[in-house]
Amino acid sequence: MSNKLIVSLSPHEKGELSVEKVMWGVVIALMPSFAISVYTFGFDAIKVVLLSVVFCVGIEFLIQKFMLKSETTILDGSAAITGILLAFNVPSNIPWWQLLAGSVVAIGISKMAFGGLGKNPFNPALVGRAFMLASFPVEMTTWPVPFSNIWSPATDAITAATPLGRLAEGGVKALGALTDPPVEAVDYIDIFIGKVGGSLGEISAAAILIGGLYMLYKKIITWHIPVFYLLSLAGFSGLLWIIDPSKYADPLFHLLAGGAMLGAWFMATDLVTSPMSVKGQIIFAVLGGLLCGAIRIYGSYPEGCSYSILIMNAFVPLIDKYSKPKRFGKEVNYG
Amino acid sequence: MKLKTFKLGGVHPPENKKTADIPVVPVDIPKRVSVIMSQHLGVPAVPVVEKGDKVKVGTLIGEAKGFISANIHSPVSGTVFKVDGVTDATGYRKDAVIINVEGDDWEEKIDKSETLLKEIKLSPEEIIQRIKDSGIVGMGGAAFPTHVKYMFPEGKTADTLVINGVECEPYLTSDHRVMLEKPDEILVGVSIMMKAGKVDRAKIGIETNKPDAINVLSEKAKDYPGIEVVPLKVQYPQGAEKQLIKALLNREIPSGKLPLDVGCIVNNIGTAFAIYEAVQKNKPLIERVVTLTGKGLKKGGNFLVRIGIPAKNLLEKLGEEIPENTGKMISGGPMMGKAINHLDIPVTKGTSGIVLMSEEESKRNIIQNCIRCSKCVSVCPMGLEPYLLEKLAEKDMFEECEKEAIVDCIECGSCSYTCPSSRQLLDHIRYGKQNVMRIMRERRQQ
Repeated sequence: MSNKLIVSLSPHEKGELSVEKVMWGVVIALMPSFAISVYTFGFDAIKVVLLSVVFCVGIEFLIQKFMLKSETTILDGSAAITGILLAFNVPSNIPWWQLLAGSVVAIGISKMAFGGLGKNPFNPALVGRAFMLASFPVEMTTWPVPFSNIWSPATDAITAATPLGRLAEGGVKALGALTDPPVEAVDYIDIFIGKVGGSLGEISAAAILIGGLYMLYKKIITWHIPVFYLLSLAGFSGLLWIIDPSKYADPLFHLLAGGAMLGAWFMATDLVTSPMSVKGQIIFAVLGGLLCGAIRIYGSYPEGCSYSILIMNAFVPLIDKYSKPKRFGKEVNYG
Repeated sequence: MKLKTFKLGGVHPPENKKTADIPVVPVDIPKRVSVIMSQHLGVPAVPVVEKGDKVKVGTLIGEAKGFISANIHSPVSGTVFKVDGVTDATGYRKDAVIINVEGDDWEEKIDKSETLLKEIKLSPEEIIQRIKDSGIVGMGGAAFPTHVKYMFPEGKTADTLVINGVECEPYLTSDHRVMLEKPDEILVGVSIMMKAGKVDRAKIGIETNKPDAINVLSEKAKDYPGIEVVPLKVQYPQGAEKQLIKALLNREIPSGKLPLDVGCIVNNIGTAFAIYEAVQKNKPLIERVVTLTGKGLKKGGNFLVRIGIPAKNLLEKLGEEIPENTGKMISGGPMMGKAINHLDIPVTKGTSGIVLMSEEESKRNIIQNCIRCSKCVSVCPMGLEPYLLEKLAEKDMFEECEKEAIVDCIECGSCSYTCPSSRQLLDHIRYGKQNVMRIMRERRQQ
């Protein structure tokens, strides 16, 4: 027997869960979407995702090593998630230096300035994306056509409209022009599996769903946020669609197009920036879904998902304060 | 049919009940035993013997002092060597009567036979008096004096007796073995308790990881009116009385109240057996079943141990040494037990087991930042917010702790067990809870 016995308070048993398992689990869940983006955009997709991850992890490492002079925690996987999610939110032909700028804002300002993992009020990847969209509006909204010369280095950007972009510009009638050759109706199967233009990770709802179900299975997230977010978005857009189908797109389109799926499954569910109680998570998700619909339909941007989540992030402390979990023995009446 | 359990929170640690199939064997009585006077919750007993006094097995050596206290009886026969301080599992020195063993003479009034006595002759009042005289305490670990539970305050009545056969702690199998080896005695004990509490039904809750115990007891319970065995889904901390009542009866004890406020008396399965022996055989609480186990041990085992025998004698009986890579020794179970630093501590009425953990198992992980995953909130069986209580307690914000109901915490440790960042949530919550309770006491005194 060694001479050093540990004497500490109970519990003496420790569960299997660790930060690393949670974070790398999310990375695994993001892989189906990555595969689809490589299939659609080719070499550029690999390049953008790799660069983004290297930038994000590298910046976190440099800040911890030289500015904070603390232990580095890059292996916990959270910076890698931010890198992948940031890459998923940009077009595949984004210039590398713009991606670097986005990474600096995402990790440096949105995460490390607040105290690192767990302390950031806003989702770092979304802050990075919002910064890039405001700073480089042209590059951020010029998407290459899917399946065009995908294995050769990016040539001149041939832009393809995203479903939501079409909708914002030309209304419901323009939606049919998405496919080539243009047809009258939207092909939902195409949007579902991802044969449309858009940012890297948002194009295939199917791939995101696979990743999301994996996270549910691994108990990394609970179903409340994605389900309520999407239901609320569908409800809001569905109501308007029932009122005037010639003016508004149907709810299924809103669910499948753009970043709603990616946002609902991977951004809104971000553990750090979502509420703690189930009640709070539902409030957070429902309001987020409504905001997303409102921005899409009434706002000047075609896509409102990322802003809806960022805005709701700001309300998390307030939601936490007023949505306490149901306490054992509290609601019981006694003399 | 869907198995019953409590609804809010809970975890399921690996069970590791490797000693479940090993029958109980008695441990040899050593040359000297140390009987601690504070084996129960409440005021320590006062020694009533002096150096040189001759005692027999069952002789009263410590007298209960105050309402919440319990008698202590000599577990051996011999001469009192001295009354002195002895370190117990808490690490503090407690008054103890140290006895040099001579032979094994029992008090004449004790019936040592194995015959099962079913007929209950005593009246409820006599039963409660006998429980009190025999020094019976809760055998689940907290060691609350049992007779107090049956002395109802004015105007209170109970309608159900809840018997805890859950044994939700990993590793421990002492209750399991008692259920398998003494089912009739337990059921008679339960009938005695029903009579004492003036209730006409009793529910024995057993988790489904002990199917043999469920079978034996439900089969035999058919002969005992009013007793029902209820299989429960395996979930920790089902053995906590609030969670057990919720699981069995779907009644919720209000915050700050006791089981009696929802018409329940809760006792452990081991207590039922002790009450049988006390009432039918006139045998005070002088021995109990203790599990000795751990991954590093070749076998482990369940032992019938006289109170006051050092824990290391169990290991001797087993014929094993403390394993080379032992990193932690626990008195009780790994979720709520106390870490001890040597095996000389004497077994007390509340010692349900000794668990030896390896170095890898006992190492505490590096504490990382809270990632707000809300796992602690979802596993808390009391519906508290451990992450918040931890922060508040850490900053000495006791008023806020009180508002967040920190005193509701049952210290089950589910939060610390689950936390992916390995934060020691319960350490901080305990600190906050103790301070809040101190503040509340001071307020009451004013």
